[in-house]
Amino acid sequence: MTAVEQAPVADTTDVAETIDPASGQLDKLPRRHSVLRMSEVRAAELMDSDPIDGENDQTMLMNMGPSHPSTHGVLRLMLELDGETVVRSKPVVGYLHTGMEKTAETLTFLQGPTNVTRMDYAAPLFNELVFSLATEELIGMEVPPRATWIRMLMCELNRISSHLLFMATNGMDLGAVSMMIYGWREREQVLRFFQKVTGLRMNHNYIRPGGVAADLPDGWRDDVLALMEMLPPRLEEYDILMTGQPIWRDRLQGVGVISQDEAIALSATGPILRSTGVAWDLRREMPYLAYPDVDFDIVVGSYGDSFDRYAIRLNEIRESMRIVHQCLDMMPEGDYRAGDAKVTPPPRARIDESMEALIHHFKIFTEGFKVPEGEVYVAVESPRGELGCYMVSDGGSHPYRMHIRGPSFVNLQTMPHMMADSLIADAVAVISSVDPILGEVDR
Amino acid sequence: MADDTETADTETAETEAADTEAADQETAEEAAPEVETAYGCPVTYSRGQKVIHPSRGEWLDVAVQLLADGWNMCVDVTSVDYLSYGVARELPAGVNAERFEVVASFISHSRAERIRVRIQVPGDDPTVGSLYALYPGSDYLEREVFDLMGISFEGHPDMSRILMPETWQGHPLRKDYEVGVIPVQFKAPAGKGSE
Amino acid sequence: MTLITNVQDQGLEGLDHNVITAPIEQLVNWARARSSWPATFGLACCAIEMMATGGSHYDLARLGMEVFRASPRQADVMIVAGRVSQKMAPVLRQIYDQMMEPKWVISMGVCASSGGMFNNYAIVQGVDQIVPVDVYAPGCPPGPETLLHAITTLHTKIETGELLQRRQETGAGANLTVEQLDGQGVSQVVQIGKKA
Repeated sequence: MTAVEQAPVADTTDVAETIDPASGQLDKLPRRHSVLRMSEVRAAELMDSDPIDGENDQTMLMNMGPSHPSTHGVLRLMLELDGETVVRSKPVVGYLHTGMEKTAETLTFLQGPTNVTRMDYAAPLFNELVFSLATEELIGMEVPPRATWIRMLMCELNRISSHLLFMATNGMDLGAVSMMIYGWREREQVLRFFQKVTGLRMNHNYIRPGGVAADLPDGWRDDVLALMEMLPPRLEEYDILMTGQPIWRDRLQGVGVISQDEAIALSATGPILRSTGVAWDLRREMPYLAYPDVDFDIVVGSYGDSFDRYAIRLNEIRESMRIVHQCLDMMPEGDYRAGDAKVTPPPRARIDESMEALIHHFKIFTEGFKVPEGEVYVAVESPRGELGCYMVSDGGSHPYRMHIRGPSFVNLQTMPHMMADSLIADAVAVISSVDPILGEVDR
Repeated sequence: MADDTETADTETAETEAADTEAADQETAEEAAPEVETAYGCPVTYSRGQKVIHPSRGEWLDVAVQLLADGWNMCVDVTSVDYLSYGVARELPAGVNAERFEVVASFISHSRAERIRVRIQVPGDDPTVGSLYALYPGSDYLEREVFDLMGISFEGHPDMSRILMPETWQGHPLRKDYEVGVIPVQFKAPAGKGSE
Repeated sequence: MTLITNVQDQGLEGLDHNVITAPIEQLVNWARARSSWPATFGLACCAIEMMATGGSHYDLARLGMEVFRASPRQADVMIVAGRVSQKMAPVLRQIYDQMMEPKWVISMGVCASSGGMFNNYAIVQGVDQIVPVDVYAPGCPPGPETLLHAITTLHTKIETGELLQRRQETGAGANLTVEQLDGQGVSQVVQIGKKA
């Protein structure tokens, strides 16, 4: 799969050099030459060509992925290597492009969460949440407090399970395979609770416009408490196994460093931005749901390296547990979905008694409900950063246009900058610490 | 369509209410009392969210001003094809509705605010200036818009497809591009087939 | 050698160790079924469930399958876990071609099996258009129980040699469909028309 070429290749020069950066943020990217811009056809040509005899300063073009164990799904990297050092790189995405934004235009607002939940499949509830919030914003409706708190509880548990997944895969990528077993073990417990509440382990379609699909089941409080009791000692195990361990630190500290200016210029959000010391968390800065009512800390790093990103995620699990505890204390009684008969189907018991309720139920699930025309952008803090939904409605029952701003997709842009002049083994650590979910990248 | 006037009334009422809110925040630039402007472009409020409408020509100048004014991150660039939009769009006076709209969202970390920019792009010449030099984070987002909507960004260093295969024809998110539904074929299990 | 001379000299009395005799074909099939290594072909949501199956609770190692091979040349079973896009289809076929015979394919989840809910321009409507499929596991995503069911079904068929014979004749997959088994422990039988 490898071949040799002469560096630098003419067609990859940064065209933007001809643009006057003026006061632009491009100047803040000292490593922008590490971004490889090359078409796949050109890359294939170069890979087939023979090395030029007698040349000593040749670089090698190597393909990594899309089916590679450490690229988290179907990410493909085109790497230009000088020996074992990465000179330039290009993430190639689209191998999981599902056309979800197009499909969303054929589904009603009620069916929409089924579609978006399959984007970031490690944190499906956040996708449903942002879709539902955007729809509710367009309608201008309020959801009952219990629905809001259930959403918060479930989302924070989902953040925990998503970060546990990161712990598992991060360990696996760096050779700490036992960490993978531990990560899955704990995640399994959280999924079991999800299955009890939503009926499914993943892709729940639980948070819907107007509230949530069902109330919390009997005994949910004990289940959550059991989870909260199980996790802290396990997290301490992680600390012993990894955080303080010299090999782990050597493998991560100072690897994949990104500066604050670079992170902002590249629109990075989530743990990547926070690892550079920017205390930016939408839950705090632009609160949604009931986040102003709960007490939690934003975890920030100071070096912007892979270790910071690991430590941030580990401690975000602890912060999420704090929020879950407060959700347990403050969970209000009441309805779990809005009483707005236009948006939410009638209760099951009413369907047995009333013909109108049956017709209404039928109409809501076949035709959907109408949403006033307009456009709106809503964002939430997913485990990976700012998850946004831009929704346009033309007054019908289907979104006219639905766009999801996936944090993984935008965060991928930081990868060539982090990998510049690092070893190929460190590139694996960088991929892992960006934690992209390809379903969300490609949508 | 009978309640069109009603919705229009409520919309303007909302806009006025939002205007007064915004007037507290923005005292720097005050133009005609009826149409609020910011960075030399008309401003509207969509569900309370601030949207500015620059023309295609002045768009990059506006972006320079945005960056200088503390909107330090471009969080999103997307686009909408209004080809089959059934109702009239609410646009401020002086802004002509075109087929495409490029929508960019910016965020200011220091003020914890958002602003959205909507640029009208005609269907027969789908090009618009690239944000790349100002906000390099728009790189992939602009490529995505190019790939799926066919709007090219002038000045972008690598205007190529990002999600679809490089040899793909057409731009899937355009309204005149079919969803591509293939009728489902039901296969009878072995031994139970009708044939 | 001593074993053979012992048997020659003394007949069955000469077998002083435990010996099993069987047709070599059965032995090979038995070995194949018990160490069928999967190729890592995780695509989307199903890949997460596939990895969960490999985790400690469901423990794929019990079936001799914990070794997910990164190289297709060392793999026997391809578990297509997730939706296959038009861009991924050629890659999938290439990896399948790189696998050594005998090889089997499990189509995990409805997206891989039929395109699932994504009937649009981007998704291949069924991976059986690209590679022959032996077992389909339904679900979106199928839980680990269903995947394990699909795997054991495949193992049974490998062990009896059925799948190999079929492949020799037609080159097509076995097209077996297993039932979805997720959450069986909590489901309840509800009789329609009767009040509880």
